[in-house]
Order: sequence, then structure tokens, then C-alpha cells
Amino acid sequence: MITAAAQEREHYLNASYGLKSWLLTKDHKRIALLYLGTITLFFFLGGAFATLIRLELLTPQGDLVSSETYNKLFTMHGVAMIFFFLIPSIPATLGNFFLPMMIGARDLAFPKINLLSWYLLVVGGLFSLFAMLAGGVDTGWTFYTPYSTTYSNTWVIATALGIFIAGFSSILTGLNFIVTIHRMRAPGMTWFRLPLFVWSHYATSLIQVLGTPVLAVTLVLVFCERVFHIGIFDPTLGGDPVLFQHLFWFYSHPAVYIMVLPAMGVISEVVSVFSRKPVFGYGFVAFSSVAIAVLGFLVWGHHLFVSTQSVYAGMVFSFLSYFVAIPSAIKVFNWTATLYKGSISYATPMLYAFGFIGLFTIGGLTGLFVAALGIDVHVTDTYFVVAHFHYIMVGGAIMAYLGGLHYWWPKMTGRMYPEGWAKLSALIIFLGFNLTFFPQFILGYLGMPRRYHVYPDEFQVLHVLSTAGASVLAVGYVIPMVYFIWSLRYGQVAGANPWKATGLEWQTSSPPPVHNFNETPVVKNEAYDYSHTIGEVIEVG
Amino acid sequence: MGKVLPLFPEQASTMAPEVDHLLYFLLAVAVFFTLVIFCAILYFAVRYRRRSDQELPRAVHTGLTLEIVWTVIPFGLTMVMFGWGANIFFKESRPPDNAMPIYVVGKQWMWKVQHLEGQREINELHVPVGRPVRLTMTSEDVIHSFFIPAFRVKEDVVPGRYSTLWFTPTKAGKYHLFCAEYCGTRHSGMIGSVYVMEPQEYETWLSGGAPSGSLSDMGRKVFDQYGCVNCHRSDSTGRCPSLIGVFGSTVQLTGGGRVKADEGYIRESILQPMAKIVAGYEPIMPTFQGQVTEEQVLELVEYIRSLAPRPAAPAVAAPASSTVLPKNR
Repeated sequence: MITAAAQEREHYLNASYGLKSWLLTKDHKRIALLYLGTITLFFFLGGAFATLIRLELLTPQGDLVSSETYNKLFTMHGVAMIFFFLIPSIPATLGNFFLPMMIGARDLAFPKINLLSWYLLVVGGLFSLFAMLAGGVDTGWTFYTPYSTTYSNTWVIATALGIFIAGFSSILTGLNFIVTIHRMRAPGMTWFRLPLFVWSHYATSLIQVLGTPVLAVTLVLVFCERVFHIGIFDPTLGGDPVLFQHLFWFYSHPAVYIMVLPAMGVISEVVSVFSRKPVFGYGFVAFSSVAIAVLGFLVWGHHLFVSTQSVYAGMVFSFLSYFVAIPSAIKVFNWTATLYKGSISYATPMLYAFGFIGLFTIGGLTGLFVAALGIDVHVTDTYFVVAHFHYIMVGGAIMAYLGGLHYWWPKMTGRMYPEGWAKLSALIIFLGFNLTFFPQFILGYLGMPRRYHVYPDEFQVLHVLSTAGASVLAVGYVIPMVYFIWSLRYGQVAGANPWKATGLEWQTSSPPPVHNFNETPVVKNEAYDYSHTIGEVIEVG
Repeated sequence: MGKVLPLFPEQASTMAPEVDHLLYFLLAVAVFFTLVIFCAILYFAVRYRRRSDQELPRAVHTGLTLEIVWTVIPFGLTMVMFGWGANIFFKESRPPDNAMPIYVVGKQWMWKVQHLEGQREINELHVPVGRPVRLTMTSEDVIHSFFIPAFRVKEDVVPGRYSTLWFTPTKAGKYHLFCAEYCGTRHSGMIGSVYVMEPQEYETWLSGGAPSGSLSDMGRKVFDQYGCVNCHRSDSTGRCPSLIGVFGSTVQLTGGGRVKADEGYIRESILQPMAKIVAGYEPIMPTFQGQVTEEQVLELVEYIRSLAPRPAAPAVAAPASSTVLPKNR
């Protein structure tokens, strides 16, 4: 039911109309939606590449596409998904929208820079899209030298330039978040009253600001060698090919945490709201985010155990990698403990959170396998690693992203999504995901190398299972796309706080007014104190 | 391969069972924690399900003991994983002294193998059962990776340097050889087979074809062809250091450093002679980069190795007859 008053009330969506009001907006909420549209396009583009990869792998022979095409498909799948979907995903959409609202701010510290960040992502994306359309790139998303600098005849520079530009989007977003969190918290919003979503974004931003410039430098070096033949990585020019791997992973390992820390932030919010309990061990969860961000910079060498890196370096990196396991385990235990004696709702965001915890647990535990030197020698560059990082990236980051989208959808749009369909698709995604990626652990330990267009017959059964799972997963991703759009017009009107959540973002109307709050909120309670949001209370537990 | 859906690969080297035992330990830990988390979530979700939208659970205070327990226990377990894994890795990086040397050159998209006795193979590797084998590997172009799943070993094959890999096969048979590092268009075609043979069979195979003498003989020819002997004489009268007894020794360098004369040092001295100058000699040697192939460099390395006394030369490494006609492989 939409009352006339609700229709007339001014909010960020109806305050102004027209293309210009969007393309020149400085409102973090509108910019978040611009990001949402952009990264959704890249998600489905990357998904289309994945679909073709999985179809090709149905049979051991290379019969659907040529080897050249196959190599381009997995490269562009990685580039689209990592640089143009996963890295911006939660921070640039949900973070952009809710981080200022959660701390009681009117906007980010630098609204114009925020808009610039989006344009940088778009320009970078266009460069990479151009490269894909012009003929593609076949180096793998990892751009290992000297293949990328000397041997590949594909669009390496255009793609790398796109990533280079998009990197500045990431740096500026991180910078904006750090300054906002330091300077723009509402009165009473102390550091230890911050929602854990904000803590995890703070940790993420540190990585974005400190790590991404190294990627930029690395890509410039690739450019110098490929275009000007300055010997940096190619040994025939006097360079060192393994140096590239050190530089690349110095960014790209922390980048994994850029993708998963915000996801952890979402899960902390969702688990708390849908069990109506403060997150168990708040301080431990908050500091574990920072610990992961810091330790994440010290483990890049675990990608290089068989690269001819020194044996002792391998041991140090293995040792340090296990330290990252601890804060991750602390989070999982604390989320689980939050459920204890809670009031647990099975709303869709919570189903995604359950899915996340389960899949992240498997992804994290298999991380212990690849951090073990003796095992990694056997499984590195096989499907075991592919399965492991998809459990973290898809089972973890994307589950949390979808959970977060469902959770905040009513706030962003003022409408509810259809609960039945949402639960169904969450279930389909969970089952499809496991069917796709679990067989890949077995494939990998059996010795199936990654990035193989053609493979020995004995691996076919597991590949067929994986492809079957991927088709289920694809269905699971299309359904939310449809009902989210449907809900914009036909969804139930949500109200300010449909979940009875505690965050400041829920204390204002849905969709929020242009400046978020009609008056600056004053924070008097700890985070996740539900005694003020429920009204008439039935005590349990 | 008879099984329709094997879950574990064959164990065909001494390292394979060791790696698998660590895997079983990790699997046990992983399954245990997965079950704990899954069961806890399931139990809490059912037991504490919301019955009314007005419910407010009582606060449960954070237990410091609990936090310490679930920090310390996983930490202890991960340190076991670290130590165990590092121990295997350390063994994998230390080939035994009596390991049989074989040379491997990777290029887009094939594996070229050279045996000491002069046999050459492409995309195949024949080795005897029960003898440690040490591969010295390099690449002519991009990075490749030499991977034998049944042995649980893998090492990148990097242009511009030598890497080593060793194993002791334990079971006769034919096993997959894969390139594990993405190397371009036909990466998935850069595969081959490892044939593990009974020792007698292997002897027969070895004597089957040595087209142009042993590897060190070929190295000597290259040495003569490029006139290396004009400067590197067998006594100390040459303008350059004598190479007799150099391999495996410690070389004193101009400027005070020392270096162990291993395969990598010999290679570097041929291709980048200015990198390290032997004390007491002038930097006059020209580079042979671009003139000799990686395979010829390996032959030269083997020749120079043959000029030094070798500790306990393996029995089958004796030079094979060079009169047998070449066999096409």
C-alpha cells in the first residue's frame, strides 16, 4: 500500500530527475547505484565467459572453442570478475551507500572525488571492454611475465591500462572512506560503537590505499618492457621473470582481502540483526579485520612456493600465512556464537549469511591445505586452487554481497523484494555453487592443471558435475536480477526499519532523504543494542 | 585408471605417501571443523528460531576464555601443519647426492629431455624404479612448470635460470606429465608421459639409442666448436681459468666474493661472462648468449662436470655405446 504522503515525500531518488542529475550527482547514494549498475554488467559479462568455459570443459577434447579463444575466455573472466566486479562490489555499492549513513554523516568526506572514482572505474572498464571486443587478451588475469611482455600477441596493454585506471578508482574510494570514518562520525559514535561493517571497510580501505599503487607500478613496468623493450622481467633482456610475481602478488594477495573483508562486514551486520544479538566478541571481530589487513601484506610469497623462490623464503611465507588463518577463524567462531540463544529469523539475508559462513569455512580450511608447503607443491596451479579461491570469492564474497543487497534493498529502494523467490534463489545458489566447485577440489588433487583447454579423459566425470552445477548456479543468479527489478515497482513498501535493526541507516526513512538524516543523529548506545528498536518486547533466552 | 571415479591419484614415488599422509591429517581437521560449524549453525538456527517478531534475547556476555580457547587451539593445529608441510618441502628441495641427473628444457609447447648417456626424448621421460632422479630444468621462452601428479612433485621451469626437481619412483608404470604454469596457446598440449621401468628394462632402453655419444661428449664437441679450449686450457697457462676440477668447487671472485661452481654458475659464466670474474683473471670472455642453445649449454655444463672428479658415479651413468643407430622418439 502506497499512501499519497509516502509518494510525495522527497527522497534521494525523486529529488531530481534526468540523466544529468545522475551523471553529475555528488550524492553517495546515487553514486552507489551507478556503481551497482556498472558492476552488475561486468558480473554478467564475467558470468557469460564462465558459462562458455564450463561448456567447453564438458568434453575432454577442445571442441567448442579454439585454444586461443579458451585462453582469452578464462583471462577475461578473471579480469572482469576481479577488477571490475569483486573489488568494487561491496565497498563501492553497499559501502558507498551505507558507510556514511551508519556513522551518521550526510555524505562521504569528498563527494566529488567519490563521483570521480566511479568515472575512473567506467573509463577503466571501457578500456578493458575495448580490449575484449577488439580481440581479447590471453595472458590469464595474472599477466605472468615474460609471456605477457614478450610472447603474447593479444591486447595486453589496453587491458592493463584499463586495470591501471580502475585501480585509481579503488585507491580514491579507500581514501574517501578512511577520511570519512575518521572525521565524520556523528556525536557519540565512538570507534567502539561503530558497526562492524564500518570496521571491515576501514581495514579494506587501508589495503586499497597501500596496495593498489604497487599494482599500478607493476603494470607500468609491464608496459615499459612490452612497448619499449626495457629489460625488467624478460631474462633475454636482462630481467627477472619471477620479480613480476613478487610485485603482482604483493598487491593481488591483499586484494583477496579487499574482496572478502567487506563481505565479512556484511555478515557481521546480518548475523546480528537476524538473531537480534550483539555480535559475539565485538572487539575480537573488529580487530581481526585490521589483523587480516596487516597480515595480508606479509604472505604474498605463498603464491611462489614452486617458482624457484628460495626454500627458506617459502618456509617464512608458509609460516606467516597460517597467522592469517587465526583472525579468520575467530570471526567464524564469533558469528556462530552470536546465534547462541538468539532470536533467529530465516529471512533471505540470514540464509545468505548461513551460506557464507559455511562456504567461507570450507574455503578458509582449504586455505590451510595450500599454505602447507608439502601439499601446495602438488596442488598449486591445479583445480584445487581454483576451487579454494572460488569458495572464498564466490561462496564468500558474492554470497555476502547478495545477502547485503537483500538486507539493504528496502532501505535503498523503499521496497521489499519477494521473500519466497528470494529464499528459493538463495537455496539454488548454495546448491549450484557446491556442485560447481566441490568436484574441483578432487580434480585438483588428482592432478588436473588449471587453464587447460584439453584434458585427459579420466577427469571428465568431475568436469561434467562441475558444469552441471554451473548451470544451476546461473539460474540462481538470474532470478534475483529479475525480482529486484520487479520489486522496484511492485514490491511491498518497506517502511523505515523492516528488520528492526539498530544501525543509524535504519533510523531514517526509506528511501533516505537527500542528506540522509533530517537532523544529525546523536549516538547514545553501543552497536547492536536491540532493546530500543523492538517496541513491546518478549524476552527470550 | 580402471576405476571410474578415483578420488585420490596413484602413489608412485617415495614422496607421494608422505604428501598424502599430511593431506589426510588436513582433511581430518577440515572435516572436523566443518562439521562443528555446520552442526552448530543448524542446531542454533532450529533451537533458537524466532517465534515472535517482538522477541528480544537476553544478552550473552562475551567470554574471554572462549575467545582464547578458539584462538589457541587453531593456532596450535596450524603450527603442526606448518612444520609438517615445511619438513616435506625441505626434503623435496634437497636431492640426494647419488641422484641420477637428467636435463629438461621446456619450450612452447614441448618438453625436451636429455639423458647423460646421450638419449634425447620429447614429451617423454624414462626413469628406472627405485633410483633417485634429479632433473635440472630451464626454459627457452616463457615460464613452464614440470608436474608429475603421481609423484606429487612440481617445480617451475624458468627462462634464464636452472631449477631442480627430484623424485624416487616406486612403482613401474606410465604416468602423466603436465605443464602446470600457463604458457600460451597450446598450454594444455604441453603434456607427456613418465615411464617408470624396472632397472633391467631401463638398461635395455638406455642402450637402445645414443645418437652422438654421451652428453659430456657432445659438450666437448661444442667446447671445441666454439674454440673455448683456446683460452680455457687444461693447465694454468691459458688466459682464462682451467676448467679441470672446477665443477663443485668454490671459486674465488674478483672483488672478494666466492661462489659455488654449480650448474647455474657455469650457465651464467657462458651467457653473461661479465657477471662474475674469477680472481686473478681479466674480464675478456665474450658472451655466448644467442649463439649456443639451452641444450648446448646443458651439454657444456655436463662436459665441465665431467672434468671434475665425481663422487660415487652411479652405475648406469656409464657412457653408453655410441655406435648404436639413433632411434626416433
